[in-house]
Amino acid sequence: MSIVVNGKNIQWMKNETVEQLLKRMKYTFPLVVVKINEKVIPKKEFSKTIIPDRSKIDVIHMISGG
Amino acid sequence: MDKKKFEEIKRKLKKSSVGIAGLGGLGSNACISLARAGVGRFVLVDFDKVEESNLSRQYYFLDQIGKLKVDALKDNIKKINSDIIVETHNIKLIKGSMEKPFKDVDVVIEALDNAETKASFIEEILTKLPNKPIVAASGVAGYGHSDRIVTKRLGNLYMCYDEYAKSSEDDILVAPRVTLIANWEANLALEIILGENK
Repeated sequence: MSIVVNGKNIQWMKNETVEQLLKRMKYTFPLVVVKINEKVIPKKEFSKTIIPDRSKIDVIHMISGG
Repeated sequence: MDKKKFEEIKRKLKKSSVGIAGLGGLGSNACISLARAGVGRFVLVDFDKVEESNLSRQYYFLDQIGKLKVDALKDNIKKINSDIIVETHNIKLIKGSMEKPFKDVDVVIEALDNAETKASFIEEILTKLPNKPIVAASGVAGYGHSDRIVTKRLGNLYMCYDEYAKSSEDDILVAPRVTLIANWEANLALEIILGENK
């Protein structure tokens, strides 16, 4: 009962949405892309998409600096 | 390397064009590397002037303080190769029209500073110029941790990425790391122009 988020193993939570997961991970940077098992999730689906158990999630965010 | 192949690469690079959004630590250094490599045309976009504090990492000099960055960088490119064509836009990129200066370049390099602006820029290029390769960078502040930097590819987006880096508001910006990532971006741009492993 776990998922991998950006290479880290964390506990899977039943019925958790992408939006809730991002909050739980405290990802507050502006997001570029969220992928679940290599599939890109559009921003407007973050509140509807449920994270399946054992999924691999990649969150690419933007950090200031240039 | 055989001469014919080398000549072909030179010709390909001379015909190529790169657009750069933001001429700070990332943009100025990536541009100079690509100019030295032989890229024939640049489209440079920045609204700012050179300040003394920029000299810790950006490709400008003491006698250029107060000059527009687009003009200062153009001068520096011309000192390396006077044949390079440089188109400059002294403008601030505004949401809704960010893609405009970059319509006719082969590759776009995102070299902006603010995280929100970086994310908006990438989104606009990907949606409005769907066939345009874009190289972007995130996590350039600080020093050390070179081996945390990775390239992430998502379709036409190539990200030089360190997810553990702090924001530039919470860490220093100095030449070694930002220049490293600037050259990482430049190197990716070459790979896109020439094709991998040539």
